[in-house]
Amino acid sequence: MGYTMVEKILMRNAGVDNVEVGDIVTTHPDMFMIHDIYTPYVEKVLNEMGTLKLDDPDKVTIMFDHCLPTAVAKNDSIHYDAGIRLSKKYGIEKMHIGEGICHTLMHELHYAKPGMVVTATDSHTTTYGGGGCFCSGIGTTEMAGALTTGELWFKIPGAIKVELTGKFQKGVYAKDLIEKIMGDLTASGAQYKSLEFCGDGVANISMEGRYTIANMSLEAGAKCGLFLADQQTADYFDENLADIDWIRPDDDAKYERVLHYDLGKLSPQLSCPQGVDNVHSIEEAEGTTLDEVYVGSCTDGSIEDLKAAADILKGKHVAPYVRFIVVPASNSIFKEAIEKGYIQTFIEAGGVISHPSCALCCGMPYGLLSDGQKILSTGNRNFIGRMGSKKSLIYLGSPAMAAASALSGKISDPRKLA
Amino acid sequence: MKRTYQGRVWKMGDDIDTDTIIPGKRGTIPTMDEMKKYAFELLRPDFAKDSKAGDIIVAGDNFGCGSSREQAPAVIKANGVTCVVAKSFARIFFRNAFNIGLILIECDGVQDACQDGDQIEIDINNKVKTNGKEFPIGNIPDNLFEIVNDGGLVNHIKKLNAVKGGK
Ligand code: SF4
Repeated sequence: MGYTMVEKILMRNAGVDNVEVGDIVTTHPDMFMIHDIYTPYVEKVLNEMGTLKLDDPDKVTIMFDHCLPTAVAKNDSIHYDAGIRLSKKYGIEKMHIGEGICHTLMHELHYAKPGMVVTATDSHTTTYGGGGCFCSGIGTTEMAGALTTGELWFKIPGAIKVELTGKFQKGVYAKDLIEKIMGDLTASGAQYKSLEFCGDGVANISMEGRYTIANMSLEAGAKCGLFLADQQTADYFDENLADIDWIRPDDDAKYERVLHYDLGKLSPQLSCPQGVDNVHSIEEAEGTTLDEVYVGSCTDGSIEDLKAAADILKGKHVAPYVRFIVVPASNSIFKEAIEKGYIQTFIEAGGVISHPSCALCCGMPYGLLSDGQKILSTGNRNFIGRMGSKKSLIYLGSPAMAAASALSGKISDPRKLA
Repeated sequence: MKRTYQGRVWKMGDDIDTDTIIPGKRGTIPTMDEMKKYAFELLRPDFAKDSKAGDIIVAGDNFGCGSSREQAPAVIKANGVTCVVAKSFARIFFRNAFNIGLILIECDGVQDACQDGDQIEIDINNKVKTNGKEFPIGNIPDNLFEIVNDGGLVNHIKKLNAVKGGK
């Protein structure tokens, strides 16, 4: 009998030789991540449980990214201090303070590798599936329990296969594919399921693109978004392909549903206000005037994303009155973007460059919108009030679309500039 | 460890949401002893009064949908229910239930084979039996039952920590 990717990864970790959808397995996660928002809650439950020692502090990392530097008085004393106390009390040495967005760091630092089981106190933990890693978010009580025992149970989810063929046309990106899928599946269409990306088309999507897609799989309700492991995956993680190429579905694996997408037939897509599954092709929203444009987040703040935006903006200037904000997802991406001249391009184009963090994606530090304002963001959520006023409107699109739109001050089709 | 559960059926339909289980406005009641009186108050006003230890709820699809509040599985357990058998459960409810000590069993078919007040028997990791009919169920590992038997995750870990001598 054949298995899906999620079945293979969970079975291997749990040490069982057979599973069926709906079975519960006990895993020993390879890595646990807590970000600054949740440090006080995890600390509180660990105290309540009377935990004096973690199962394995080397498998734990704490990352400060949501409220760093804080714009809210006392956030520093509440969230940072709790993180530092956790680190000292339990000997957690993998502390990453202000180095970038947690989900980007998790794969960049090779904490979340192909075939691993990883968990974190955040919903977009699905991201690392781009590298063939099973990863799903949990609450703070479970995190405290799992840190103590080293164990965490998962129910084997049903799976939806996404068969990809072809190659993106110029001006079309991973973001457009996942938005198209979101629109087709709706925000609950993959509820609790494993979304599994396979087919010849995968080879034509970069690692950065795969992380974008896995990150947003969560917005369709998915428990995880997994990519098969190929040569690109092996290169990214300095692994031998032979060691990881078991991360692909068996030919006779049972899927609840199979979706097909020809990458070559996609057009730029937008999630329109207010719902990630309110997806429209660019033609339907083109021309909408904007107040702000944001390139960043754990969805689209990679070097490739910054390049796509910089290529469009080089030697040009954004429209008057448009606030254009660029936030590289991590310090290493920031440094590379400086070396490659992208940051200079953004500055000369009139952009505001900010330090690697969640930035305006979580609506905490800055760049917030007031009533009636419109933003085009490369993030993953356009929930009401996420980036400021409840009466502001959020459109989600690719970095290239963001750059093209910043130039004209209106939602614009990047294909026309490419 | 306990491998079978036997009890009287409370039959419910599809999409029983967390507000039906315990209305949001009751969420601020300070004690579980007081709050449990309002479990299913709109759907089954007789539930809190008549339920007894060992009862089992049998429901349809998507049991526990809605909010993520842990009080929903907790009030069911506080009324004496040991297990909920449903076609499917909402994800967050599923995790919350085991973590507060309520057993959930996914089973398709048993819904048509029993009525309110019937007897039902659950043979863990094997089958559900009612009115002479049997239905297969999936596997749940032992350590999850330990969590349930200890009264939930926090108590379970407390116990483990105590056994370790606070190490
Ligand atoms: S960038 Fe946005 S989605 Fe990603 S972790 Fe930060 S707040 Fe969450």
